[in-house]
Amino acid sequence: MKSFGRAIHAEFTKVTTTRLWWMLALIMVLYVALVAGGLTAILGTVGAGARGPVLSDADRAPLIYSFGSSIGYVFPVLLGALVTTSEFRHKTLTPTFLATPKRGRILVAKLVALTVFGGLFGVLAMIASVGAGSGLMAAFGQDAQLGSSAIWALAGRAILAMALWCAVGVGLGVLVPSQVAAIVIVLAFTQFVEPILRFASGLTDWSAQVGKFLPGSASDALVGASFYSLSAPSLVALDWWQGAGVLLAYAVVAAVLGYFTSWRRDVT
Amino acid sequence: MPEGVTIEFTNVTKRFGSVEAVSDLSFTVEPGQITGFLGPNGAGKTTTLRMLLGLVTPTAGTATLGGVAYRDLPSPLATVGAALEAASFHPGRSAADHLRIYAQAAGLPRARVGVVLEQVGLGGYASRRVAGYSLGMRQRLGLAYALLGDPRVLVLDEPINGLDPEGIRWIRLFLRSLAAEGRTILVSSHLLSEVQQSVDEVVIIAHGRLIHRGTLASLDMVDSKQVIVDSPNRDGLGWALQAAGYAFRSLRGGVIVDNADATEIGGIAFAAGIPLSSLSQKHAGLEDSFLALVGEEGAL
Ligand SMILES: Nc1ncnc2c1ncn2[C@@H]1O[C@H](COP(=O)(O)OP(=O)(O)OP(=O)(O)O)[C@@H](O)[C@H]1O
Ligand SMILES: [Mg+2]
Repeated sequence: MKSFGRAIHAEFTKVTTTRLWWMLALIMVLYVALVAGGLTAILGTVGAGARGPVLSDADRAPLIYSFGSSIGYVFPVLLGALVTTSEFRHKTLTPTFLATPKRGRILVAKLVALTVFGGLFGVLAMIASVGAGSGLMAAFGQDAQLGSSAIWALAGRAILAMALWCAVGVGLGVLVPSQVAAIVIVLAFTQFVEPILRFASGLTDWSAQVGKFLPGSASDALVGASFYSLSAPSLVALDWWQGAGVLLAYAVVAAVLGYFTSWRRDVT
Repeated sequence: MPEGVTIEFTNVTKRFGSVEAVSDLSFTVEPGQITGFLGPNGAGKTTTLRMLLGLVTPTAGTATLGGVAYRDLPSPLATVGAALEAASFHPGRSAADHLRIYAQAAGLPRARVGVVLEQVGLGGYASRRVAGYSLGMRQRLGLAYALLGDPRVLVLDEPINGLDPEGIRWIRLFLRSLAAEGRTILVSSHLLSEVQQSVDEVVIIAHGRLIHRGTLASLDMVDSKQVIVDSPNRDGLGWALQAAGYAFRSLRGGVIVDNADATEIGGIAFAAGIPLSSLSQKHAGLEDSFLALVGEEGAL
């Protein structure tokens, strides 16, 4: 499949030739470092007080490091959605479909290229959360757990989650080609709708069974730690690989629906 | 140059909801010449070209290049180069990056990017972001994209829009030389005068239907029945024409006589002893013939 490889290469170049990716990456790194570092500092200060440590070393490190994905995931989603909707907005679907008339092939190539980019975002986010978190833990004389294999497994799963989130963004972008609408949906859903749904679903047993399939719950299950599980420890969660499967399913289902509703249509 | 590619539209129809943009259109475009694809605004030119390129699916009928539908071409950019009217660039990307993406997708050598940018005169702006481009520069970048694969067929939708006189002259000569190499060239326009200096053949549509198909010369058929005449003694000329029963208008450049023949008017002036300073039969321009043709169908 030579032409498929070329399509992936071209989709990758599309991302690297505008400023969007590094601007999003920069904001993400600053945001994650600030939150992970800030919380480490707060926990360190409280822990140093008279009331003793709030969290054990083994609980603190994964919680702090998981901020890379648990708050950073909105950035790969935005990247995937913005790159995809900009093809509609700037009418670059015309030269794209002229160069590669097999449209399904381009959509798959886009999903692959942006999944790789999401993984890159994951690496940057983990550098931010582990860097800021472990540095401050060391400053407070706490064990940053950097020698623990469980921590590195968590980092790997967080990178996988970020990669899948970027694919979810692509799926959303083909399903909702209007750039403004896509941004509003991403922000409203991730910052407002889903947190409420996740909280509410935990109130009864049956809704918790549904709530574990929400994309954010699936992502946290995949990573294996987050501030949600801390604030509501009784929440039901999927296994990590099930979480990955659910996220992938969201990406694929959205992309397939989008293929029929927008991607395959007349380009006028 | 390998042998030419013929474009063929066979009973092509496109409906957008209740609007029938193109109705049962059939024509062929031969290699080795420039074919003008003409029609007033909304005639269906862009829709027809997009159907040829697989961007719009026809409601009925087929459009092929050398007998093959665009979507089935093994190397589309090396077969057909297209520049469509809408600007299709990401404003934040440079011209060179824009072209590099599609060269990668189509498996073309990266060196082609520099070659085509030089060809269209954008060599000095290659790394500048497209957001800062003028209309004419965008038009040239669109053309550079069309040339990327050194294609045997060129499909250009209103390529002259936004070009300066120098650019227009350049594109005319350029298309001429490409046609002389045996390539197939289809150029749309809503103005005949824009393309009449460069096209060999014309295909005229209005309201999605074929109105006229033939050589450029075939358009120059309707000679008008007007005579332009002038005399140092305009008053005397006027009296003589009135006496002979002709309707006329006196303009600054001469007197225009309707439904007349130059020989008759000369005879009348001679008989009345009026000296003439000019006398000629007025030819309807190609543009007038074009307007008469599409006018019957009614422009928008
Ligand atoms: N996506 C669309 N949805 C609905 N109607 C459309 C669409 N695209 C084109 N049309 C209609 O089809 C008709 C032909 O449009 P088209 O753009 O092909 O004309 P054109 O000959 O290129 O005109 P112009 O000289 O203005 O570029 C018009 O009536 C237009 O309104
Ligand atoms: Mg048009």
